[in-house]
Amino acid sequence: MPASAHDLLQTVLETDRARILSSLIRTCAGDFDLAEEALHDAVVAATTQWPQRGIPDAPDAWLLQTARHKAIDVIRRDQRKRQKLEELGRTASLYQEEEESTPIPDDMLRLIFTCCHPALTEEAQLALTLRTVVGLPTIEIARAFLVNEQTMAQRLVRAKKKIRDAGIPYRVPERNEMPERLAAVLLAIYLVFNEGYSASSGEHVVRGELCAHAIHIGRILSELMPDEDETMGLLALMLLQDSRRLARTNENGDLVLLRDQDRSLWNREQIDEGLHLCRQARAAQSGAVYGIQAAIAAEHARSARADETDWEQIVRLYAELLRERPTPVVALNHAVATAMAHGAEEALLLINTLADDLDGYGPFHAARADFYRTTGRWDEAEDAYRQAVALATNDPERRFLTGRLQEVRNARLA
Amino acid sequence: MQYLLLIYEDEKALEERDEHARGEIMAEYYAFTGSVREAGQYVAADALQPTTTATSVRVRDGKTLTTDGPFAETKEQLGGFYLIEASDLDEAISTASRIPSARFGTIEVRPIWTIE
Repeated sequence: MPASAHDLLQTVLETDRARILSSLIRTCAGDFDLAEEALHDAVVAATTQWPQRGIPDAPDAWLLQTARHKAIDVIRRDQRKRQKLEELGRTASLYQEEEESTPIPDDMLRLIFTCCHPALTEEAQLALTLRTVVGLPTIEIARAFLVNEQTMAQRLVRAKKKIRDAGIPYRVPERNEMPERLAAVLLAIYLVFNEGYSASSGEHVVRGELCAHAIHIGRILSELMPDEDETMGLLALMLLQDSRRLARTNENGDLVLLRDQDRSLWNREQIDEGLHLCRQARAAQSGAVYGIQAAIAAEHARSARADETDWEQIVRLYAELLRERPTPVVALNHAVATAMAHGAEEALLLINTLADDLDGYGPFHAARADFYRTTGRWDEAEDAYRQAVALATNDPERRFLTGRLQEVRNARLA
Repeated sequence: MQYLLLIYEDEKALEERDEHARGEIMAEYYAFTGSVREAGQYVAADALQPTTTATSVRVRDGKTLTTDGPFAETKEQLGGFYLIEASDLDEAISTASRIPSARFGTIEVRPIWTIE
């Protein structure tokens, strides 16, 4: 297969896999395995047919159409599957859908709601979302949940089996069911966004297409539910964070810290929309966690220069978030903001109470190391940087921390 | 699809209910069963005698062992069931949530495994 066709196929899969898969799952009446198999077959067909017959005009539609035919073939052959479709009264629409070749964006929303069905455990919900919507490999999901690959693979199989056998529907729930279902879905969408914003693996630190997907779904959701503040808060949060995407990495693909970013690269359009949504979300009620986080992101977005940042206000917002979500990681962020507003001495008092909870968390040691460095305590700083380097998860981060470690070593010896 | 809705409730609390409260719940159940029939979901339903009347049977090495009492001692006991027809789990859950005992006990929703 020539490089261009191969590259194109990879790009289409990266950007459109979730949309195609979610449409297929609908064709397959909620049978995830059949949909995944059919998509796989279509990709195999593309690797042989595209180089011979040329790349189709609409590669994503080609993949969907081909996969749909493969799935329908299987359904026609499989008596049991056909019965299930007939039971659902869907055989007629199955053939109509053959005509309709563009994936509908709502299908992705449907997929997320199915993955986040309350009849599945919360862990299964998130794992299934990461697997099917994000396309994250099972081994990565296993790592995120601190289990081995085989255990995670079994959990995913069990979850998909329950969706099929218990008849979990493939649809967006009714309005009255929304409140119970929404929290898990918002969390899943934010997880998809975060996977794009700081990829847990791979050569790229940022996977922009995932951020775009998450924002797109967030937008559909807030259009469906204009009265839900948290939906609006989440959309605002994602837009404000994503507005910094271009400035977050340099030409080597390394991360650029917020204070060192070229703010002229920030996306003004996203910032304006994010600030507008944030005001609306915050006006409606207090104590909404996505709204508070959006308000924090808004403080940065509003500052033309890093030294104009209102850190006092950010400390207040983190304190508010800490009341709603008293987790060690929120407490860590509160401490980091405190260092910016009131100095590292005060932050050290806060952060050292978190040692028991966050000892295995790299950013905790990196923050601690930074506080010791700025107060000139070289021995403690060196020790903390060493722990942070050991816990770093990607190369750019490791390079940055190793540089700092060398700096404090030199300072200590000088 | 068919779903079995299993009704679990604390039998002791049931016994302690006075005549009036019992009558009210019976009326609620009567209305609920009527709505299930009207919606065309009804396949079967029944209430069970309390677990004090239960007998458990096991056959081991060809020998039948009969013991007094339910399969397992639990805080809530199986007290009745509805077998319904529903298009998917959400419809079954929605029906289960309207069973009067859902307010004080637990309804377990189990899809029927159709064996061909």
